[in-house]
Amino acid sequence: MNILIKNGRIIDPARDIDGTGDILIEDGKIKSVRTEEEGVKGQRENKLKIIDARGMYVIPGLVDMHAHLREPGFEYKETIKTGTMAALRGGFTTVCSMPNTDPVNDNKALTEFILRKAYTEGACCVYPIGAITKRLLGEELAEMGMMKEAGCVGFSDDGKPVMNSLIMRMALEYSKIFNAPIISHCEDLALSRGGVMNEGFLSTTLGLRGIPNAAEEIMVARDIILSKLTGGRLHIAHVSTEGSVRLIREAKARGINVTAETCPHYFSLTEDAVKGYNTNAKVNPPLRTERDVEAIKEGLKDGTIDVIATDHAPHHIDDKEREFDTASSGISGLETALSLGLRLVWEGVLGLRQLIEKMSLNPSRIMGIPKGTLSEGADADITIINPKKEFVVDSGRFLSKGRNTPFDGWQLKGLPITTISMGKVYRWE
Amino acid sequence: MLKSKDLLGIKELTAEEINLILDTASGFKDVLTRDIKKVPTLRGKTVVNLFFEPSTRTRTSFELAAKRLSTDVVNFSVPLSSVVKGESLKDTALTIQALGADFVVIRHSSAGVPHFLSQILKASVINAGDGTNEHPTQALLDLFTISSYKKKIEGLNVAIIGDIMHSRVARSNIYALTKLGAKVRLICPPTLLPLGINNLQVDVFDSLEDGIKGADVVMAVRIQLERQGKGFFPSLEEYFNLYGLTGERLRLAKEDAIVMHPGPINREVEIAGDVADGPQSVILEQVTNGLAIRMAVLYLLSGVKE
Repeated sequence: MNILIKNGRIIDPARDIDGTGDILIEDGKIKSVRTEEEGVKGQRENKLKIIDARGMYVIPGLVDMHAHLREPGFEYKETIKTGTMAALRGGFTTVCSMPNTDPVNDNKALTEFILRKAYTEGACCVYPIGAITKRLLGEELAEMGMMKEAGCVGFSDDGKPVMNSLIMRMALEYSKIFNAPIISHCEDLALSRGGVMNEGFLSTTLGLRGIPNAAEEIMVARDIILSKLTGGRLHIAHVSTEGSVRLIREAKARGINVTAETCPHYFSLTEDAVKGYNTNAKVNPPLRTERDVEAIKEGLKDGTIDVIATDHAPHHIDDKEREFDTASSGISGLETALSLGLRLVWEGVLGLRQLIEKMSLNPSRIMGIPKGTLSEGADADITIINPKKEFVVDSGRFLSKGRNTPFDGWQLKGLPITTISMGKVYRWE
Repeated sequence: MLKSKDLLGIKELTAEEINLILDTASGFKDVLTRDIKKVPTLRGKTVVNLFFEPSTRTRTSFELAAKRLSTDVVNFSVPLSSVVKGESLKDTALTIQALGADFVVIRHSSAGVPHFLSQILKASVINAGDGTNEHPTQALLDLFTISSYKKKIEGLNVAIIGDIMHSRVARSNIYALTKLGAKVRLICPPTLLPLGINNLQVDVFDSLEDGIKGADVVMAVRIQLERQGKGFFPSLEEYFNLYGLTGERLRLAKEDAIVMHPGPINREVEIAGDVADGPQSVILEQVTNGLAIRMAVLYLLSGVKE
């Protein structure tokens, strides 16, 4: 069935559109976009499914370039089916899945498995990210060429750093063949070992081992230097510190081929969330200080940080309801990311268009995928947001299997009410 | 009365609560000097010692304190339990609750475990040491010992020497001593100083000679031998050379200074044997006072009025 979305505020940064108008969807593709200035043409509405979007934002479906869908190997935490449903609920129509599954996505057979699963059971588009090194061991390069051919769009050992600088150098060189980004989890393991939260006075008073900002920044600096050396495409994952923002800003000013992402928790929370040994606030890299949060916001504002990704890391309650030291790290992020991003808009940190760029267009461009726009002929991946809707986060209602969020009970404003994936409509109210 | 059903740490206590525990302990100390060292106060209550880390003195002290109060005591030691079969901490705790425990005395290598248990258990949870967070009853017995010699805590100069970073005893003592108005000095190499500790009202010294001058109380804390070779200090010999509490160095403190150590002692590592055994040492007195403190804590948390 063809669909007409009427009278919404259409925002498509890729084509510099921001105006009230209609979008016509035919056969899962965007047929036409008309805003008032161009004059909305009369459609034969009786043959169409009409979605009234008056007062709503109508934007390109969000693209998450950093999510853990857990399948294969950890289906008790999440599956491709539940993870992609959670994505849609959160307004995401495309998800890039990280390779730290079991077995690891470090070969073409695994990539094909994920894509087949996504095709048969997934609710939204899934683009796999392959491992940089075999079994994520950081020792020898994985078969990037064959994985790329099978459908991987980038490479990462996320969850672990590539500690060996020579291997990282070669990864940045070798991936140039495929023009695929190397997504770096920056963590000096010698400095972070045993650490479970940010290092500082709070870690001292909680008696928990801390991870200094330097553990991240040293690796950000190293990878920037290696990117300069090789000309390879470097993308820094989950930036959490003031120093990292500064290093990336300087690198960009010097013309180095680097992009960066942060996650909602790094601009919404400080280490204080850990107080009381709250394992739902345990995440790697750890939540930092007010100073870091301000620097992240500044980095988002001035374009140093290109992308807001979720680092969606669903865990079973048994992995969280336990000793802080041994609890799993990560936050189930797909279903709160957009509303937390909108908070930056309400606070005046970002413009609405900027936010949409960082959650849709920019990740599409970095990953080289044909998403993030409402252009005619593009897949009908569209998110409709009610910007006035106020709600309280309730993890019990997540579609993700992972209920691990430090945002439970938060009062937020702005929520996707309808998500359209390849022309299929999901309504959330 | 104490505000909480649990004793999680000194951080969570007010100065008044600390004083209440110390005063109550004096009463129990009298009991311990009697011919018959047992009172019926908590008859019918059950105490479970849940120790996930090796311990001799703390576990024995809690066991004896509980028995002196006529409770039934169960020692749950991990190598014999279902934990080695992979049972989760939560399941273990709930099982113990189902057996009818009124008190759970918990020691664990992870900070925050007592806090976690306190949220899921109806029983009173008593922290007997959690990771590098706190060891509240040790600090309370240290305060009790200090005040029995010095008659007050306020204004005293207390020097704590050793591995402050990994010491829950040091942490609890810092909180307790500063809450009661003592002046705390920390003496250790910068590699063993926890970040941001200066935010607490302490003075930090990397020279033992400077830090110990004029101290009323000198407390050495244990160097865990497994820290060797991890880069915190080059060798035990070098450590003793710089930070070992010797008789010569002790002479820089006040003449009537007392020497304390939470035990177990590494002789000739953090403390010279002759100092540990010397006339200023109150190390064994600390152990005895531990009983009275733990009786007081059990009694105050029980809510029983006599």
